[in-house]
Amino acid sequence: MKVISLNFLTCAVKSCKSSGAAFPLHPKDAELVQDDIELNAQMLLNILPRLDWAALRTNATELGFPELPAELPTREALEADEKKLKDLHHLLVETQIMEGKLVCRNCGHEYAIREGIANFLLPSHLV
Amino acid sequence: MLPTPDTSHVPFSRVYEPSEDSYLLLDTLSAPAETAFLHARFQGHPPLVLEVGTGSGVVIAFVVAQAAHLFGRRDILAAGVDVNPFACRATNDTVRKAQVDHPGTHAPCWLGADVGDLAAPLPPGKVDILLFNPPYVPSEALPSLPPDAAAPSDLAGLAYSLSNLTDRTPSFDGDSYLLALSYAGGRDGMETTSRLVESLPDILSARGCAYILLCAQNKPDDVKARVGRLGPSWRALTVGESGNKAGWEKLQVIRISKDNVRDRRES
Repeated sequence: MKVISLNFLTCAVKSCKSSGAAFPLHPKDAELVQDDIELNAQMLLNILPRLDWAALRTNATELGFPELPAELPTREALEADEKKLKDLHHLLVETQIMEGKLVCRNCGHEYAIREGIANFLLPSHLV
Repeated sequence: MLPTPDTSHVPFSRVYEPSEDSYLLLDTLSAPAETAFLHARFQGHPPLVLEVGTGSGVVIAFVVAQAAHLFGRRDILAAGVDVNPFACRATNDTVRKAQVDHPGTHAPCWLGADVGDLAAPLPPGKVDILLFNPPYVPSEALPSLPPDAAAPSDLAGLAYSLSNLTDRTPSFDGDSYLLALSYAGGRDGMETTSRLVESLPDILSARGCAYILLCAQNKPDDVKARVGRLGPSWRALTVGESGNKAGWEKLQVIRISKDNVRDRRES
């Protein structure tokens, strides 16, 4: 799963959905691989405003990437800074989590990731 | 006609093989009326597309590969969920192949397929377009949903744990259990689809819509009436049909949406 996926996943436990602590999930023992995907600057610039930047910032630090700025840089600032755009492309689009866990900070449940696929099926006591 | 994604690598003994229902979804989504709807509704808003129950991945791979045709843009985000881990693996492979096969029109941002129940892994209110080819065949037993089965160490382990739930669903075993999850819909073939429809107000974004495939035995008019009961702005429209008009296998695709974003064809 791509790092950007973490922006669109949350705890599958129903009672966690309304809790701010259940998003984002937190990667643990993550094994990363890097794909080589051509940068499409306009597409990336269109997608960035869709993201929860604070959640992305948290996940990037947890995965050992350099700290992101506190706010999403403006479109103009990114268009003028190719290196920054390339770094975001590398983090969001090229980096895949292949093995590890995603942890919910509300209920503590850990979702296993195998072969890049997370398992969100719940044990019966959490359904 | 736009080409169908290649699924020759998919193990069809344990993953649902693309069939008439899958192709009806492809035809519906790529018909001029629907592409016009999708272009207009998501102009200026790169949509998040989620397919629930991806199976081989043929439908979501088609959407990813043909993003430029269907939405007029390639910056869409797409993801999939299936209860069958083999289906998730197959879906990832099908999508990646389709991306390579359609360099000029595909969406690069495939988020991935994960194992889960319906849209449970998604945060509320994020999904713009939901696609669902449900287990719609009426059946006596609904195969029970697999619990996470003690976090097995790999996908094969998870599938094995799923297969071993046969004591709870005595009429299915092994691979046939995994296939039964893809088609057996319980009473009226609607037990799983009903759960999804009820959860749509939580799942969909403000401009969200859902494409759901139904067969005649699902009683499509009842389903539409139920959508109306979600709230005054909810509507369901038949946007694709196929099959023998008299037979129960007659299929249709309904599009469910809130009309806070006006559809020009209906206004």
